[in-house]
Amino acid sequence: MKIKYTDSLIIGGGLAGLRTAIATSAKGLSTIVISLVPVKRSHSSAAQGGMQSSLGNCIMGEGDNEDVHFADTVKGSDWGCDQEVVRMFVQTAPKAIRELASWGVPWNRIKKGDREVVINTKKTTITEKEEAHGLINARDFGGTKKWRTCYTADATGHTMLYAVTNEAMRLGVQIEDKKEAISLITKDGQCFGAIVRDLKKGGLTAYVAKGTLIATGGYGRIYKQSTNATICKGTGHAIVLNAGGYMGNMEAIQFHPTPIVPSGILLTEGCRGDGGVLRDKDGYRFMPDYEPEKKDLASRDVVSRRMLEHIKKGKGVMSPYGEHLWLDISILGRKHIEKNLRDVQDISKTFNGIDPADKDKKGWMPVLPMQHYSMGGIRVTPKGESVNIKGLFSCGESACWDMHGFNRLGGNSVSETVVAGMIVGDYFGDFCKKNNINIDTKMVEDELNKQDDYLNNLLKLDGDENIYDIKNEMRIIMQNFVGIFRNGKDLKIAVEKLKTLLQKSKNIKIKNKCRLLNPELEEAYKVPMMLKVALCVAKGARERTESRGAHHREDFLKRDDKNWLNRTISYWKNEDDLEPTLKYEKLDIMKMEMPPAFRGYGKKGNSIENPISQKRQNEVDKITKEHKGDRYELQEKLMPYELQEIYKEKNQRLGDENE
Amino acid sequence: MSREITIIALKYNPSDETSKPRFAEYKLPETAGMTLYIALTKIKTTIDHDLSSDFVCRAGICGACGMIINGKPRLACKTLTSEFKDGKITLLPLPTFPLIKDLSVDTGSWMKNMNIRVNSWIVSTQKTDISKFEKKIEPKVAEDIFELDRCMECGLCVASCSTAIMKENFVGAVGLNRVVRFSIDPHDERNDADFYELIGDDDGIFGCMSLLACEDHCPKNLPLQTKIAYMRRKMVMV
Repeated sequence: MKIKYTDSLIIGGGLAGLRTAIATSAKGLSTIVISLVPVKRSHSSAAQGGMQSSLGNCIMGEGDNEDVHFADTVKGSDWGCDQEVVRMFVQTAPKAIRELASWGVPWNRIKKGDREVVINTKKTTITEKEEAHGLINARDFGGTKKWRTCYTADATGHTMLYAVTNEAMRLGVQIEDKKEAISLITKDGQCFGAIVRDLKKGGLTAYVAKGTLIATGGYGRIYKQSTNATICKGTGHAIVLNAGGYMGNMEAIQFHPTPIVPSGILLTEGCRGDGGVLRDKDGYRFMPDYEPEKKDLASRDVVSRRMLEHIKKGKGVMSPYGEHLWLDISILGRKHIEKNLRDVQDISKTFNGIDPADKDKKGWMPVLPMQHYSMGGIRVTPKGESVNIKGLFSCGESACWDMHGFNRLGGNSVSETVVAGMIVGDYFGDFCKKNNINIDTKMVEDELNKQDDYLNNLLKLDGDENIYDIKNEMRIIMQNFVGIFRNGKDLKIAVEKLKTLLQKSKNIKIKNKCRLLNPELEEAYKVPMMLKVALCVAKGARERTESRGAHHREDFLKRDDKNWLNRTISYWKNEDDLEPTLKYEKLDIMKMEMPPAFRGYGKKGNSIENPISQKRQNEVDKITKEHKGDRYELQEKLMPYELQEIYKEKNQRLGDENE
Repeated sequence: MSREITIIALKYNPSDETSKPRFAEYKLPETAGMTLYIALTKIKTTIDHDLSSDFVCRAGICGACGMIINGKPRLACKTLTSEFKDGKITLLPLPTFPLIKDLSVDTGSWMKNMNIRVNSWIVSTQKTDISKFEKKIEPKVAEDIFELDRCMECGLCVASCSTAIMKENFVGAVGLNRVVRFSIDPHDERNDADFYELIGDDDGIFGCMSLLACEDHCPKNLPLQTKIAYMRRKMVMV
């Protein structure tokens, strides 16, 4: 038996996994990171627009702080998030960005004096303060009150990922790329590591660890059209499902308003943040009609729906790939585009032959909402530990700890990866330090043999199904029946069809019988994993008879705080089940710092209120009114939360003395 | 009407003793805006399930899919089939890097060695208090660092470099660019003498023969020529 031991095993080498590895290494734990690809190619590298952090350095960010960031994030989530987790996040984000600066992320910096920006399509001059010169700059993003998104042009994820990888290498973290975890080693509700497949040679090895953390990102590839990289298949979620672990809110899927048509490559929200606008077939800027206040910069779920609503009114642009709308950044001027939106320009030129800096219509880019982000994931506590498997942790996009609820704000995802890596990484490291395990080699060997047999048996199957057809069909079902606009009828069809596909995936035939490097064999074990994830999404969506954030039901248009202020838990009860079992976790309004209310964008009066919301609001108002002391003490009174002392420290800002 | 294109790809599985290097030829209809990512995906899902390649972001951002395309090292995901007038495209794996299978190569190990070799990280004795203001950086300096930080370790500069092909331990333009990047970063305390220790030899800055195919093929258009010359001048002075 090939077996390898480490204190901490981290599955996934993107920003969240690598930042976690830094945390465990700092505690003196031996740490191995395994990754499907060389870690600097992880999907984190594709994050473009920026990272939210309430530094409040730039003039348009003046007055920003944790409280404002908190409120934006909770509203963005449509009250589906865990507010304590959001507090942990907003308090740590400024520290994360400052740490990253010291590791070399070349954040765009503020230049004192006048500069010209485009606000509401008008050229406007803003004046940066003398004392802010050289501090980290920020741009505007959707659903935020302040300019809070810090950036390096439109390659923010890239520079962050490089800095974090470099720091991990400096600390001697053992990074093993081209490795894939295909199952977890678990016994009696505890995780002891994973069975790992070598993608360079094809063999299996058991990695045994005191603690295992999953940071494998999202599962967008279950959809036909997604901005996600080819590796975002949700196999990290599937191995947890196969071990009996719980998922949270898998139906909460974000559709980004502006991937380019037809390739589905993302064009950052920074395009609109910097002043770009959406236009219809007549060149008309339609978003202000729907969203008078936030216009093109309402939250992503709202903008995506408004776009499709507008297309349904006959305002879409016809193309061989169906209808789309235009994204116009030409109004920002060539100089700005070639400096701050250069990757967008490169993508548009290469894949569509359009230079977005060209004047007027010539530079407009065809866009259409597509799958972009997975709010749901492995259900974990605020400390990042699985709620039902001991020794198993998760953070970043793969986890549902649950910071985003039913809609994530742009710029909050890369921010979350690093912040969660800091917080959860620290708790995870403590867990690995404290918990010794007794290694039952028989158990390890059994799991290794089980997986070995499974792969051999896949090669022996002699059915008449083709795994590529099954995968393609799954992606089309998700696209057509579990998309932006959902309804009971479609969702019912989707669940049934996906179940059939899962059954069919056991009746395939693989042409090439090579056991080692065999792409077809890889599909054969991955597609059933993807199907299980897809079933969690579809069934969760079918059962949730309300509209909240990105989950929009045409047959249940209102947000239902009375019946649906809860989190969907999905899991695989028996190995041979064809669908997940669901249950629900209630959200406690009486503990919320901000009880449910109107988001400030989207349709008004569109919720079924829970009487407890008002009761809690009255209580919050009373505490606030009677409070004497600073905002930190008030926050503590309203909703105390646990966080490591170093992360709870106050964040220094310009104008602190005014508080 | 769409034309038919022919893609010829090297097929070889070094981990299989019975495998012999050979060329496979695939014919498929070209679709509008077809990239080599789209074409190879089509081949893999419909014609040859056994063809291996390395695509990740498919948007020219991650640097995974470098190949020799009709003789030139390029990113396959950013290459449109319409560019090739005769509709014939020959694909080879990137040289210099160990072959995994067919068009898939191991850039990870090479880049890891290079990163460790040039100490590709901030070296500083300062302890950062992360709840206090960040160190102020001149906006222009931050932009200059970002410019060089855009390198995505795709390895095209290495695959097109004669020195890298001859000398196993040469750090390549990717490594030299990295050193320049840290040398201009105010967070980094290393001086020229420190960098000389890392790259002051034939496997470093003095190995470059100034043929500059690296800059010709860099998909990020990094100013490799001037940066290598700049570093060489500095290293000669140490």
